[in-house]
Amino acid sequence: MINGKMLNVSISPHLRTTVTTRRIMLDVIIALCPALIASTVIFGLRALLLTLVSVAACVFFEYIMRKILKKNNTIGDLSAVVTGMLLAFNCPSGIPFWMIIAGDAFAIIIVKQCFGGIGQNFVNPAIAGRIFMLLSFGQMSKWTQPGAGFMNLGGVEALTGATPLAASAEELPTLTDMLIGMRGGCLGETCILAILAGGLYLVIRKVISPLIPCVYIGSVAVVMLIAGKGDFTYTAYQLLSGGLVLGAVFMATDYTTSPISKKGKVIFAIGCGLITCLIRLAGSLPEGVSYSIILMNIFTPLIERLTTPKPFGTPKKEKKAKEETA
Amino acid sequence: MSNVPKGVLTAVKKVRGGVKVDHHKNTADLEVVRMDTPQKVVIPMQMNIGAPCEPVVKVGDEVAVGQLIGDTDKFVSAPIHATVSGKVTAVGDIKMPQGIMSKAVTIESDGEMRLWEGIEPPKVDSREDFIKAVRNSGLVGLGGAGFPTHVKLNFPPDKGIDTLVINAAECEPYITVDYRECIDNSWDILSAVYMIKDMLGFKNVVIAAEDNKPEAFKILKRIADDKEDVNDEVKLMVLESKYPQGAEKMMVQSATGRQVPPGKLPADVGCVVMNVASVAFLSRYMKTGKPLVSRSLTVDGSAIANPKNVRVPIGTNIGEIIDFCGGFSQDPCKIIMGGPMMGVSLVGTDFPILKQNNAILAFAKDDATIKEETDCIRCGRCAAACPLSLTPTNIVRAVKAKDTSVMNKMGVMVCMECGSCAFSCPAGKPLVQYMRLAKSMLREEAAKK
Repeated sequence: MINGKMLNVSISPHLRTTVTTRRIMLDVIIALCPALIASTVIFGLRALLLTLVSVAACVFFEYIMRKILKKNNTIGDLSAVVTGMLLAFNCPSGIPFWMIIAGDAFAIIIVKQCFGGIGQNFVNPAIAGRIFMLLSFGQMSKWTQPGAGFMNLGGVEALTGATPLAASAEELPTLTDMLIGMRGGCLGETCILAILAGGLYLVIRKVISPLIPCVYIGSVAVVMLIAGKGDFTYTAYQLLSGGLVLGAVFMATDYTTSPISKKGKVIFAIGCGLITCLIRLAGSLPEGVSYSIILMNIFTPLIERLTTPKPFGTPKKEKKAKEETA
Repeated sequence: MSNVPKGVLTAVKKVRGGVKVDHHKNTADLEVVRMDTPQKVVIPMQMNIGAPCEPVVKVGDEVAVGQLIGDTDKFVSAPIHATVSGKVTAVGDIKMPQGIMSKAVTIESDGEMRLWEGIEPPKVDSREDFIKAVRNSGLVGLGGAGFPTHVKLNFPPDKGIDTLVINAAECEPYITVDYRECIDNSWDILSAVYMIKDMLGFKNVVIAAEDNKPEAFKILKRIADDKEDVNDEVKLMVLESKYPQGAEKMMVQSATGRQVPPGKLPADVGCVVMNVASVAFLSRYMKTGKPLVSRSLTVDGSAIANPKNVRVPIGTNIGEIIDFCGGFSQDPCKIIMGGPMMGVSLVGTDFPILKQNNAILAFAKDDATIKEETDCIRCGRCAAACPLSLTPTNIVRAVKAKDTSVMNKMGVMVCMECGSCAFSCPAGKPLVQYMRLAKSMLREEAAKK
């Protein structure tokens, strides 16, 4: 007590970083903006509108659920906004609004809040929401094509067509079109350049480590190069199509559902890459990114247990010897 | 760290993780000033890791500076001496900053600072004499830990201990007293380094400093290059400025590449680490025989009117020291004994300075807010920051589940509570608290067995 005022007494350290969860989520939102702008240009205002509806729904469900569960309000940490954006990015822009709201409800209510809220979900809410929608609504795999008109806000009549992964050679967009996103697909996944710009921002801001995206995309490249018997064009199409880059940069790097240690991250990312390839090459589904990430999410606790680094000064051999004698 | 001068070592094995903390070495250019003799000192009998001392004086005794007032026959302890001359007015329990009680001797000063007549330079002819002299000096690690120095140095000659590391890293923000020691008392450091080396037969001496102290560096380099060092066995090591570079385990790793195993001491991997101020003190003690009765400390922080480096008798009241530094410039919201990363926050200023206190920091409201705690998002920043390769977020889970077997497996006991994890946590979790909780759970369980 000094001059009649109580002093703050707290445990060390008395200095703390200025980084907060909110700041991290804000960085992710900023990083998603280039892709959002690109999708609006490519698919029209409808894409933007769908994203906004999705964000609003996620925030609403988060707020309501915290109220019902009598927990503190967490919409301020902005994680629900990120989930809303990511789920919208994983949908064709032409789907009806009620559909994405259903997906948002599944993601936030079931996957996130029923398991304890931020940091407790065992799979990525946006991916789980997307898979829920894929399984429930056939319209989810009718990819909206670019050029439906910038002002065309009605979704259902929008042009749909096959994703490049399932298209025949003549229908394929050029590689340049693939890179800038002039192709059919989910609204946020097509413009690779915009996604990479966002990813770069996150790496520079030290929000994510480049390890998972690089290893994930790298392992897909290696497998596809082998599967395509050294055909670089084939491999390039494989890397640029589907939700691979979006998934690798924004979904596989989710803190809660990926391992903490470097070694764990590498194993996780290789696993994602291999399952993606397996589904694309041998499965009946055209796209495998969501499923591969959700499967590796489930493996994360196991990977983590196997890759926890040895505490400082613990000799490897001695520990083994001790275990054997015990 | 781009241009390391010739003959200067760099870390054999770099420290993992750690955090970049603003240095705030505001007092680096301020020479240590001696504070006026306080009217009263309160000298606690627990000022070191290990056993407390028992008072050997009683109320009414006249004592002089340097006179023994507390001692014990326990090995891991260091004797305590009167720090002012005057009359013992109380011998009893006081509350220490951490909340524990300790016996303490209160001396009313007569203002004369009369030296005790029994003070004479120790006669040191052998290793045993040397260790005995170190014990009699009352020296404990002045860097903050307070481990009795004679215990540290008392190793058998055949134990294979080859390296002495002199720690001048001072990686805690704000504190500059070790830096001042290098600048102001370089001769003491020089003579002590060679004395300890010869006395205890160290093959190598590594003087370690961070690269943000170029002035100290020049001086330490001269010490390492001294002509007495004919075989070039004393070397200077430059370390990247990052926290907790100066932690004992980190020092050993940087200097030798060796890792201290869990539950062991640096001596178990052939190293002894000594703080630069402790070393300099030993040199003065061997010359004069005056035991550890005063120390330098940094007084700084946004609420201190005139930040200073001051030399005060041990047992001086913290409030008086702050008054000496111009008092508070604005209302303090947090007062810390020690550095901001590992120091203890105080409930008030009515505590005495201990042997191992290297700083008093007082912060105004803006620098003392407690970060709001939110849910863990498993971002892994704590694990990335841990210099000891622990995964604090998972240890927190184990603590919440009271799962001691997982805590053990995760190596909780290795933790040195440096606070790098909690510093980096975006969710503002009190991770050091969880670590301490985990340790006490493990100790409790071990005690049951």
